Amino acid sequence: MLFQNLTRSSGARRVGAIAALTLSVALVATGCAATDEPGAEGGGDANLAITFVPKNLGNAYFDTSDKGGAEAIEEFGGTYDEQAPAEGTPDGQVSFINTLTQQGVGGLAVSANDPTAICDALNEAREANVKVVTFDSDTDPECRDIFINQATGEGIAKIQVDLIAEQIGDEGQIAILSATANATNQNAWIELMKADLEANHPNIELVDVVYGDDDDQTSFDKTAALLQTYPELKGIVSPTTVGIAAAARYLQTSDFKGKVALTGLGTPNQMRDYVTDGTVTAFALWNPADLGYLAAYAAKALIEGEITGAEGDEFEAGKLGDYTVGENGTVLLGDPYTFNADNIADFDF
Amino acid sequence: MTTLTTSTTDSFGTRVLHGLGGFAKARETGILLAFVLVVAAATIKNPNFLFSADGFRDLLLTPSILLLVAVGQAVVIITRNVDLSVGSTLGLTAYMTGRLFIDFPGIPIIVVFVAGILFGGLLGLVNGALVAFAKVPALVITLGTLYIYRGINVAWTGSDRINASDMPKDFLGLGTAQILYIPVLTIIALIVLIAAGWYMRNQRGGRELYAIGSDPGAAQLYGLKVTQRVLVAFVVCGALAGLAGVLYAARYGTINSQAGSGFELEAVGAAVIGGVAIFGGSGTVWGAAIGAFLLFTINRALPILGVQDFWQRAVVGALIIGAIVLDRLLALRQTRKLVEARDND
Amino acid sequence: MAVARNYKDYGSALWKRIFLTRESAVFAGLIIVIIVASVSVKHFAAPITMTYLLLDITPILLLALPMTLVIITGEIDLSVASTAALASVTLGTLHQGGMPLEAAALVAIIVGAIAGALNGFLITVVGLPSLAVTIGTLALYRGLAVGLLGTTAVTDFTEFWKDLAKSKIGATAIPSVVILVIVLAIVFAIVLHFTQFGRGIFAIGLSPEAARFSGVHVERTKFILFVLSGGVAALAGIFYTLRFSSARGDNQTGLELAVIAAVLLGGVSIFGGKGALHGVLAGVLLIGTLGSALRLASVTSDVINIITGTLLVASVVSTSVLAWIRSKRSKPGGRKPETVPATKS
Repeated sequence: MLFQNLTRSSGARRVGAIAALTLSVALVATGCAATDEPGAEGGGDANLAITFVPKNLGNAYFDTSDKGGAEAIEEFGGTYDEQAPAEGTPDGQVSFINTLTQQGVGGLAVSANDPTAICDALNEAREANVKVVTFDSDTDPECRDIFINQATGEGIAKIQVDLIAEQIGDEGQIAILSATANATNQNAWIELMKADLEANHPNIELVDVVYGDDDDQTSFDKTAALLQTYPELKGIVSPTTVGIAAAARYLQTSDFKGKVALTGLGTPNQMRDYVTDGTVTAFALWNPADLGYLAAYAAKALIEGEITGAEGDEFEAGKLGDYTVGENGTVLLGDPYTFNADNIADFDF
Repeated sequence: MTTLTTSTTDSFGTRVLHGLGGFAKARETGILLAFVLVVAAATIKNPNFLFSADGFRDLLLTPSILLLVAVGQAVVIITRNVDLSVGSTLGLTAYMTGRLFIDFPGIPIIVVFVAGILFGGLLGLVNGALVAFAKVPALVITLGTLYIYRGINVAWTGSDRINASDMPKDFLGLGTAQILYIPVLTIIALIVLIAAGWYMRNQRGGRELYAIGSDPGAAQLYGLKVTQRVLVAFVVCGALAGLAGVLYAARYGTINSQAGSGFELEAVGAAVIGGVAIFGGSGTVWGAAIGAFLLFTINRALPILGVQDFWQRAVVGALIIGAIVLDRLLALRQTRKLVEARDND
Repeated sequence: MAVARNYKDYGSALWKRIFLTRESAVFAGLIIVIIVASVSVKHFAAPITMTYLLLDITPILLLALPMTLVIITGEIDLSVASTAALASVTLGTLHQGGMPLEAAALVAIIVGAIAGALNGFLITVVGLPSLAVTIGTLALYRGLAVGLLGTTAVTDFTEFWKDLAKSKIGATAIPSVVILVIVLAIVFAIVLHFTQFGRGIFAIGLSPEAARFSGVHVERTKFILFVLSGGVAALAGIFYTLRFSSARGDNQTGLELAVIAAVLLGGVSIFGGKGALHGVLAGVLLIGTLGSALRLASVTSDVINIITGTLLVASVVSTSVLAWIRSKRSKPGGRKPETVPATKS
């Protein structure tokens, strides 16, 4: 009986294995011989299908920027889509970029989680004739055609340092609550902030930089940990809208409300409550909707061949007017703006 | 924990000493001691850890959510199963809580609590039915439902999230309210813990769960309603995860589609560290509760003690392994003692 | 006196034995998915789809090979993704510190093998249940990976190796790494199905006691399997790192679920003792192709996760249900042969 079982199963197994090999070969042959559908409809009419790939989903800042992009795309008659991973990891964006390359979109507007991790995917996309615009957080310049910067890095860093210095009397301990550890823009701004502090604010000590991963719960818990670990802390700077909102929410119900200053980059809608009740005095940002809007128009200009991303190229961006491409393929949106109790009621984003 | 039979002619003092001895040797006491040690070390380094109003509140508050999940997990593990979908259940109920408040403004808070518990129980029922009736290992089923529930959560959420401002202030107030310096959430968790502990130890249903975990075959032959009990265990686990989801919403206010991910690992870890054997049949929910507190407190204490909190997960992993090795050594010693006792009789 | 019956009367027809097996069902499913997708999903039938598909599933395929062997012995290894991440981080840290990539990769593989050896040691020597151990090491290794790099990622790797990871065979769309995978798959298949060691693996899964008495080195076999699991996981981690040029502690979180789902879908029994590698290959391809097709059809990843979870649950429940049906159909004493010779001899 045992022997029979062995024969039966091993015989069937051998045949099964051969069948498996045949079928695998068939699969491979299918792939090889398949008709090569063009990856992107290049040539003739412009493909104005533009997809936004922000750092992650569920982030109010990107909701606004992508809505701005959608508005622009509707204006010039293209197709809008938004794809992003749930968590802001560097490799998370790669599979979406790959899929979009396969689907043959016309252009991508990406806010990168890491300067180099998505480079290969982006370059593959560009080889397939997809135009790549980065906004908000850049990659290496070799991987993209144009970068839409919301403001100069120095300006963004300076305004936050100025705000916190003003709020704590220009001396004491501060900490930074950042987003993810790899984000290009965060790291750029943090370096500039450190330089500014060293040069202009010798009495302010930066004790720690913690990462909330642009996740609300993590940022919330990290704020609590900061306040406990550094009892002398006088201020927190959070250059990310998710971080500052979570930190404000924690401060609002803690003993430290009013004693520890909080500033950074936040959206008026999220921060309105906290400014009204005094948890936060002032914070800064720009208009993310304008950022997305400009990115969409830049993509359009690239797709239609109007510009190539070289320095000096000019293109028009709907209601925002005309823009010129600067050094390194960068386009500057404008200057950051300070929100406080006086003007926060005027904005809705 | 073995209890040696004491004859009724023992004096009261002897029985008290026996009880105390049992208490001292109990696994749970060891964990409690570890917890106290960690808190002491952190407080020495930074008195704010324990003695500031915020510190004390946070110390009790945040682990309470994990406590609920760990208690439910312990019940399931005692029956020789495991439930890996609790994190997804928590996230789903938390999102549902927010949605209830948004879509039905003015809904009484107690209704939301009940809805959360029922919904969680329903999700647990799915798990339990598949495990009990299809006789499939709980590991695989709950692995699948972990994916499925999280996927439903993300699909439902889309790219939105619930903001703190969407929920009534009273509900959010629960998240930080205190009665006599003890947070309300912790009180809720403690009540559940006491009820669960009492049921598991003193009620027939609870005892049967231990029997099923120790030897399912024997339990079946003995006539215990194995299918029904396992089903109930999973429903309870799901319901507790649901309650934890409601509390999560109250505590954190903002809920995105990733809420609760990773909780299942912490819950299993808390239970295992707290003395619940992964092979079922022993351990208590009290141990799981203390394990939950220990885990969260270590997370908080690490940065104060100068260790980057990146190492937290490694510490959890090491503790889990240490706990099960300890369990094994104790079990071996127990077997040896029983064999000796049998040989000596 | 017993009637001499021909053993062929007890067998089933050859075509039944080939096409009515679980593995063939999975293959059939795979063919159906490919056909339906090629017809209905735009851009699916392009070569670049196959490239991305194969690159995406390579880590899963690599991990599934030793996982199949582990599950057939009745154990489980939940720590594979964490081991892969640890290897990935080792590679990144060493390379960043100046070590040439080749040497760093070798060290990473050794680290993976050591990680697997720790699992093997705890399971075979100390005698702990593999579920608990690998849950602990899942946390421990992931924690070490995250602890070493924090939440930064090393993204700077030698161009040559990065390109090699993504290069294709000649002018076709097939990635070169497929060669490595096929070679490994053939090796594992030969070991499992055509060697004594492999038969020992099946024996252990069916009954460790019987296997031990038959002369199979149970502990040694399991230990070897876990070391293999760790080493191959390290390979998968290295590939993933080079493909995405990102070494990060968080890499591939949750991958173990996809691997187990694919293995179980491919017909390996969670109880041990049954399974075949070609089924697992079909399972991995099926899940990968389905995911790729759905993604191209702009189905969001949460829905894809729901489908994967449902597939996992359905595949295991269906096995259970089929076994139940079979047990109801078979009469006591076994199946009678079709022709019953009435003569006595």
